Amino acid sequence: MAEILTKSRARNIFYGGSIFFVLVFIALTVNSHKYVVEVSTAGMPLSEEVILGKHVWERHSCINCHTIHGEGAYFAPEVGNVMTRWGVQDDPEAAFEILQSWMDSQPSGIQGRRQMPQFNLTDEEVRGLAEFLRWADQTDTQGWPPNDAG
Amino acid sequence: MKYQSQRVAYAYFVCAMGLFAIQVLGGLLAGWIYVAPNFLSEILPFNIIRMIHTNALIVWLLLGFFGAAYFLVPEESEREIYSEKLAYLQLILLVVGTLGAVGSYLMGIHGGREFLEQPLWVKFGILVAALIFLFNISMTVLAGKKTAITNVLLMGMWLLSLLWIFAFINPSNLSLDKMYWWFVVHLWVEGVWELVMASILAFLMLKLTGVDREVVEKWLYVIVATALFSGILGTGHHFYWIGLPGYWQWIGSIFSTFEVIPFFLMMSFAFVMVWKGKRDHPNKAALLWSLGSATLAFFGAGVWGFLHTLHGVNFYSHGTQITAAHGHLAFFGAYVALNLAIITYAMPLLRNRDPYNQVLNMGSFWLMTGGMAFMTFVLTFAGTLQTHMQRVLGDYFMQVQDDLALFYLMRFGAGFAVVIGALLFIYSVIVVRKREIIEPGPKATVAGE
Repeated sequence: MAEILTKSRARNIFYGGSIFFVLVFIALTVNSHKYVVEVSTAGMPLSEEVILGKHVWERHSCINCHTIHGEGAYFAPEVGNVMTRWGVQDDPEAAFEILQSWMDSQPSGIQGRRQMPQFNLTDEEVRGLAEFLRWADQTDTQGWPPNDAG
Repeated sequence: MKYQSQRVAYAYFVCAMGLFAIQVLGGLLAGWIYVAPNFLSEILPFNIIRMIHTNALIVWLLLGFFGAAYFLVPEESEREIYSEKLAYLQLILLVVGTLGAVGSYLMGIHGGREFLEQPLWVKFGILVAALIFLFNISMTVLAGKKTAITNVLLMGMWLLSLLWIFAFINPSNLSLDKMYWWFVVHLWVEGVWELVMASILAFLMLKLTGVDREVVEKWLYVIVATALFSGILGTGHHFYWIGLPGYWQWIGSIFSTFEVIPFFLMMSFAFVMVWKGKRDHPNKAALLWSLGSATLAFFGAGVWGFLHTLHGVNFYSHGTQITAAHGHLAFFGAYVALNLAIITYAMPLLRNRDPYNQVLNMGSFWLMTGGMAFMTFVLTFAGTLQTHMQRVLGDYFMQVQDDLALFYLMRFGAGFAVVIGALLFIYSVIVVRKREIIEPGPKATVAGE
């Protein structure tokens, strides 16, 4: 091996191969970007409410307790399919109401149970958050999660 | 210390150790909340503590990398750093940014993308600091001798900074947000950080074992080639379930399986170099950390990564405690231990003295490693049960979590050992004691009876 694989050959393989894989990756990224916009998330418009909801989700760093599509912290339940779990995925009004009553009742203060903070959201923000979670839920995630438990 | 300007590394390492302490204490607190969920819940919620735990980790590892670069580049390039002042300015920017970020988290001001929660001004501060670093270190290398170690290190640092641009890109579409988010997260830790890791490891092997530079550098290129060939398309293992096309299940499974190879090679490299090397280097602790890092990275990143990387497995295990188990051992093995290796090697040189506190330092290695290994096993068992109960049987999340209480108690104990180990390490590198805890024996040329 020592004669065939010299240091300069190894270096050239490294640079050449890396450039090749970067180019393949860029091509697949472009294709995936189009797929997301046109296919997997196209079932529901990316409305003002959904965008507001995403801001609410981010401002309060929900992801550092919950997961969404399986990514985040593992301290609190998955919310990518929470609207399905609650049975309100197809009913925006019911989604808003159930989320509002949930948010209002936090923190539960129950001893020995993980606590969710009180975020003091406005009605508009809760509605946005509900729409954002419905939007996430309708995304085609290749069949994940395996069941409604998330 | 052969070059005066190497001393800037000392300031970087000290700041890194401060953040290391904050990181592990934050982790301990988070671990305790798993055991006693009402603890601090109204004052300091879990999400804030976790943010501090992860952010402090990332920043101190980066400070360690910057410090390592300022330490090894002068030796490799055989000249002083272009500007010491710029290096200190960069450090001030990073420290102010980090303290600003921690302060704003405590006041409830933060973004919401995991690991990228820093306020915008801090993100810009990091970008400016990275640009100062790149300018400073590139000017040094360009004017001096170019080696494979500096080539790879510089390439890693340039790409790391370039990918940071994606920290500023946050599409309203959640699936796109996630896809570009991984450009920072995955392409850092499973891509360009491996370049930085391999080059620092190569430098350590060169110094500690005395093996010929040609041999070390050839290994280095082979290692980083396998890292990028597998790691770039290996990003696909994060793209299975977030709304991206189905072909990622195959691309991700195949290429992320190959991601084990660079870690196996790094481990083999470290042991082969020590085997072939003729130098009996006095810094035994640095050698232990170097070998330990390569080995633990292979298990944490390689084996535990492969454990749940195939899409058929990941469909069930995605986002459970299995991920937490892998994350902890991978970060500890690959990046924490490597940083502690270069710090252990460099500190005595930066202070112009013989290696000191080696017994304490090696003790801290075993305490931290034992603790992390135990934590990894416990979380793996917890994750296996969780996967079965929640993903196969369909039990609800909170119900399953209640059943895992014993594992979380054991994880807290493991975390406690890690914190003691970390504090012991910091003490052993910062405070110079006159004598070793156990005096080394005399050199013997014949075996004992």
